[in-house]
Amino acid sequence: MGATDMLAYIIRRLLYAVPILIGVNLLTFALFFVVNTPDQMARVQLGDKHVTEEAVTEWKVQRGYDKPLVLNSEASGLDVVTDTIFYEKSLRLFAFDFGKSDAGRSIAADIEQRMWPSLAVALPTFIIGISVNIAFALFIVMFRASIFDTSAMILCVALMSISGVFYVIAGQFFFAREWNLVPISGYLPGADAWRFLVLPVVIGVISGIGGGTRLYRTLFLEEASKDYARTARAKGVSELTVLFRHIMPNGLIPILTSVVVVIPSLFMGSLLIESFFGIPGLGSYTLDAIQAQDFAIVRSMVFLGSVLYILGLLLTDISYTLVDPRVRLS
Amino acid sequence: MKPLLSVTDLRIEAAGTRLVDGISFDLFPGEVFALVGESGSGKSLTSLAVMRLLADALQITGGDVRLGSDSLFALTETQMNGIRGRRIAMVFQEPQSSLNPVHTIGQQIGEVLKLHRGQAKRQDIVQLLSEVGIPDPGDRVDWYPHQLSGGQKQRVMIAMALACEPDVLIADEPTTALDVTIQKQILDLMNTLRKSRDLAILLITHDMGVVAEMADRVAVMRHGRILEQASCEDFFRQPSHEYSLQLIHSLPQPGEYLQESGHDPLLELKDVRVWFAQRKGILQRIAGYTKAVDGITLSIGRGETLALVGESGSGKSTAGRAILRLEDIAGGEIWFAGNRIDHLSQGAFHPLRKRIQVIFQDPFSSMNPRMTVREIIEEGMESLGIRSAAQEREQKIRRLIERVGLEAGHLDRFPHEFSGGQRQRIAIARAIAVEPELIICDEPTSALDVSIRGQVLELLQELQNEMGLSYLFITHDLSIIPHLAHRVAVMRQGVIVEQGDTRSLMTAPQHEYTQHLLAAVPVIPQHA
Amino acid sequence: MFNDIRLAFLWSDYLIFALVLALVAFVVSVVRNPLARARWSQVFRSRIGASSFLIIGFYVVIALLDSLHFQTRLEDTTGSGAEHYSPEVRSVLDVALAPMQGNDERTYSAPFAIYSFAKETEEMADGTIARVYPRLKHGGAHLENTSEHTADIVVKSLSVIGWWLIPCLVLISLHHVFVRNAASRLPWPVIYVTLTTIVLVCAWALEMSRYYHVLGTDKVGQDVLYQSLKAVRTGVLIGTLATLVTLPLAVLLGISAGYFRGWVDDVVQYIYTTLNSIPGILLIAASVLLIDVYIETHPEQFKLLSDRADFKFIALCFILGMTSWTGLCRLLRAETLKLSQLEYVQAAHAFGVSHWRVLMRHILPNTTHIILIALVLDFSGFVLAEAVLSYIGVGVDPSMKSWGNMINEARAELARDPVVWWSVTAAFILMFVLVLAANLFSDRVRDAFDPRMSGSGEQK
Repeated sequence: MGATDMLAYIIRRLLYAVPILIGVNLLTFALFFVVNTPDQMARVQLGDKHVTEEAVTEWKVQRGYDKPLVLNSEASGLDVVTDTIFYEKSLRLFAFDFGKSDAGRSIAADIEQRMWPSLAVALPTFIIGISVNIAFALFIVMFRASIFDTSAMILCVALMSISGVFYVIAGQFFFAREWNLVPISGYLPGADAWRFLVLPVVIGVISGIGGGTRLYRTLFLEEASKDYARTARAKGVSELTVLFRHIMPNGLIPILTSVVVVIPSLFMGSLLIESFFGIPGLGSYTLDAIQAQDFAIVRSMVFLGSVLYILGLLLTDISYTLVDPRVRLS
Repeated sequence: MKPLLSVTDLRIEAAGTRLVDGISFDLFPGEVFALVGESGSGKSLTSLAVMRLLADALQITGGDVRLGSDSLFALTETQMNGIRGRRIAMVFQEPQSSLNPVHTIGQQIGEVLKLHRGQAKRQDIVQLLSEVGIPDPGDRVDWYPHQLSGGQKQRVMIAMALACEPDVLIADEPTTALDVTIQKQILDLMNTLRKSRDLAILLITHDMGVVAEMADRVAVMRHGRILEQASCEDFFRQPSHEYSLQLIHSLPQPGEYLQESGHDPLLELKDVRVWFAQRKGILQRIAGYTKAVDGITLSIGRGETLALVGESGSGKSTAGRAILRLEDIAGGEIWFAGNRIDHLSQGAFHPLRKRIQVIFQDPFSSMNPRMTVREIIEEGMESLGIRSAAQEREQKIRRLIERVGLEAGHLDRFPHEFSGGQRQRIAIARAIAVEPELIICDEPTSALDVSIRGQVLELLQELQNEMGLSYLFITHDLSIIPHLAHRVAVMRQGVIVEQGDTRSLMTAPQHEYTQHLLAAVPVIPQHA
Repeated sequence: MFNDIRLAFLWSDYLIFALVLALVAFVVSVVRNPLARARWSQVFRSRIGASSFLIIGFYVVIALLDSLHFQTRLEDTTGSGAEHYSPEVRSVLDVALAPMQGNDERTYSAPFAIYSFAKETEEMADGTIARVYPRLKHGGAHLENTSEHTADIVVKSLSVIGWWLIPCLVLISLHHVFVRNAASRLPWPVIYVTLTTIVLVCAWALEMSRYYHVLGTDKVGQDVLYQSLKAVRTGVLIGTLATLVTLPLAVLLGISAGYFRGWVDDVVQYIYTTLNSIPGILLIAASVLLIDVYIETHPEQFKLLSDRADFKFIALCFILGMTSWTGLCRLLRAETLKLSQLEYVQAAHAFGVSHWRVLMRHILPNTTHIILIALVLDFSGFVLAEAVLSYIGVGVDPSMKSWGNMINEARAELARDPVVWWSVTAAFILMFVLVLAANLFSDRVRDAFDPRMSGSGEQK
């Protein structure tokens, strides 16, 4: 694929993202404003059953929810469309203008501040997790069709069958509470952060081992049964070299290209891990917003999440051309 | 003379079933020894067992393989790795998948050299590539396999096998996946190398033509046993076993041609084109077309067979699919029984489906595994509105299944319970159940073993005589044409380069490509 | 006696029985087709396949028993002749577990404990007031002498196991000698062991809970074993219902995208990319919040507490399903693309078979293995997801017993000293066994239907 073709391809994919983001936007708008009216939101937020009409109106005015949904028939000119909830709350997202949360804080500032702790947990978890899974999978493939293989697979299925919540509970209980190796939860910025990061990262890695190892083993085994592996053996290449020089690079292609999609989403962090370990990242931010029913934040996170996902899809396509010679040159 | 490689009483089993049952043969220096057999005969297993490359589920349960003075089964895995690629090398059937897609061909050849010689000089690799006839070897040494054609990949495989000058080359169906003209080139190359390098070749094949072309000695295998061993000359002159005779005679003898019948055109194609759009750029505009079929004109008479011959990618199957309306045409006209049919809507075409039918190549994928034979045959009759009383229909289905050589008791079975040949008979029954006038036969015999091929072709011919059927017979196999087709059209790159009656086209081809094709077909020496 | 009860089915009860009917229909269709039958018998012939199936079956039976709801008639006190029914809806399982249900303690107690977990102020026999661990009302109340505690547990356990083991062994030997068909290659020893284990565990737990709280009690003194068994229905139902919601969407959209291609494919791909791009948990959370608002603003539709919980539960299953169909849809699209190139589909076109019939006869039946494997995997995924969702606060209604709710309530107590570990452990074990059995079962199904994926398939 030439450079211009590549560029055309990327531009096409970016254009393709536009209707998807519009779709996401319309869906969230429908969910948050049509199915669920601002009046109801106000009542839920203000909490009390016997809340006055005035309080509701005031709450709506403060947050700009008092405007008409899509068309403002009272306004004139462009304001007919711009002075509406849809324009103010949904279309603005396209310019990454997240506005203020229902509690009155700037969402953009919150995101900027909270994405780094998220990344500090998610990135090491991601990298270590994949490396560990690949290493285990290769190790199992080395002993394929043996008792070791079978029992390792049953162990993987068993690990997969444990809810993530239990990993966290067991990890906190043993590592932090019983053995006092690390703090149970919390976070400090700067050099001391690692003490708080170790446990969440370890738990994140362990909880993914079962599923990951099993999947990668299947991918490597599929490659091991291909004709080129037999060719290599017929050349007199030893079984270990066949595994590492021939099977591994081919097996890594689908593995790497399939994980690329989540890389941008690492910024979003993990809801579960962050809230259990008290890490002030975007994951716990989102969770707090859900529990406080702060729809402005949830809306922003939905939009941000889908932008990052689409970016991930684009990276996936590009990564194919980088690692697979068949795609690179044809 | 002392044998170079000697196999004695080799036995292979899988889960208690004996797949190779005590076979013995010797391979002498400088000779080509052909191990011939049909699918399931155990010939490929034998070759893999010699290399000790059998899959885990298969077990060698007895016998011995000696290379010179070494007993291969007694060696450790490390010692065996020193034999593979250095003293015995192997070439496989599928060049498309046998090379590692992420390494350059230079790296892959270099790997053998480094392994057994300690170093891999670039110039040695280039030298090898040029020896096996890769053009521009200096550049292509850095190419990836997918950039090469199938024939070139097989040449690379040969170069890799010969890199360390082994004594024995095992070639497992080395040309089966290749077009006939490419097959010719690869066989020629192997012949040249064998002479220049004094190489002993163990050739595994099902193709008697290839045997005749290459082998010094022949062994015929069936059900895991060797039926007979003889020199090539003796074998073709006087095969001692019934089955060998059957294999040899499955290839039609030249000199018998069908007479062209009177020409009352049933189907006519005028300048038919099938183009596939290639999309490019940001908006995926159509940037050009792949011209799979680019203006072909032909006609088939009632009760006539037209063979449409071509190599892979020539567009012959696409042409067949276009007639069946499984592909849209980009231009030209199709006439059937005096009516133009190419502009009809799918709905208007529906009644014609009763009159134009099809038989596909692969008897394993052409029937839904979840339907009984009865349901399979009935489906077309129902959909094309051949309504009749249940009893009458049942009788018709029974007649059909018996006509194609199966039994009424087979009707309630499922396709996977039948062999390839039987399945193809069911496919024929399905097609003639709607009493068509024209049947498009898309390589109906190329997936079948040679001994069964003849029977299926015979059945098709009998049906033609009984029902006055016309066939468009799409094939890559020139050898079956003489006593099958009345006329032949030769296709290449989407166009028909030559057509005419079978005798004149086969005996006096006009177009260079036709001559080329005919010359590439391996010929069996005639001793009858 | 039956005159005194009235069936009071919840909507989810109807759904679960509809599911059982659908399952029966599926089994009938499998038995009819020899190819499918051969594949399935391969599943059941493997030891893991047979025993995991039995375990799943055991959970389903518990869930079914817990889905037969009824209300009992109250004594007619007014004399007006009008029938009054207890507002309390009970299930057949409640009746079976009666000894666990009624005997609540005041607060936490450990498994098999006879003393409470927390000290209480009590007036002693001599009139002084002291802080002591009081005896439990139910746990070990029959013990005169507390020193017999351990011995009592051992003796009772052994006697109940022995008592039930004998009929089990007799039945097994009878079956082995008279009924067992040598031709059926089912792994009978494993089946015997699995069934006996299930019977013994049930008998032991039921018998012991007449005297003790086998898995202890929770904060308000309710029996933990009872709660975890009640949660089985929630877990099984959330798995099956949510999976079933994904099915029509995934099948319809996936197959039509792969078969018709062109603009249909574009639209389907657009829909699933859009849905996929939204972080799943956010979409679920947002939808559940909307349901909450709906329930709050329409109180008149939900008279009983159980109606309200049931509505929220069905809505949750529906939401989970709606946000999880894209994976299967994508698999089916790819498979259909492949299938529609196969020659038997082409042959059907050549016979002018209508699109509808091609889809129903040729495409759909040949994708069932993909659907099936995905269904079982989705099932275990949903069971696990329930725990996470409850933690986030968007799970099933807190009034409904579920493993997620149990974990969530007990989580805070892990910081106590000594630790209150039994609730979490009980939920963990019950959940783990179900999900493990489902995962292992789906593995066997995949090996049987798609040998390419298992990697140990025979090569030729």
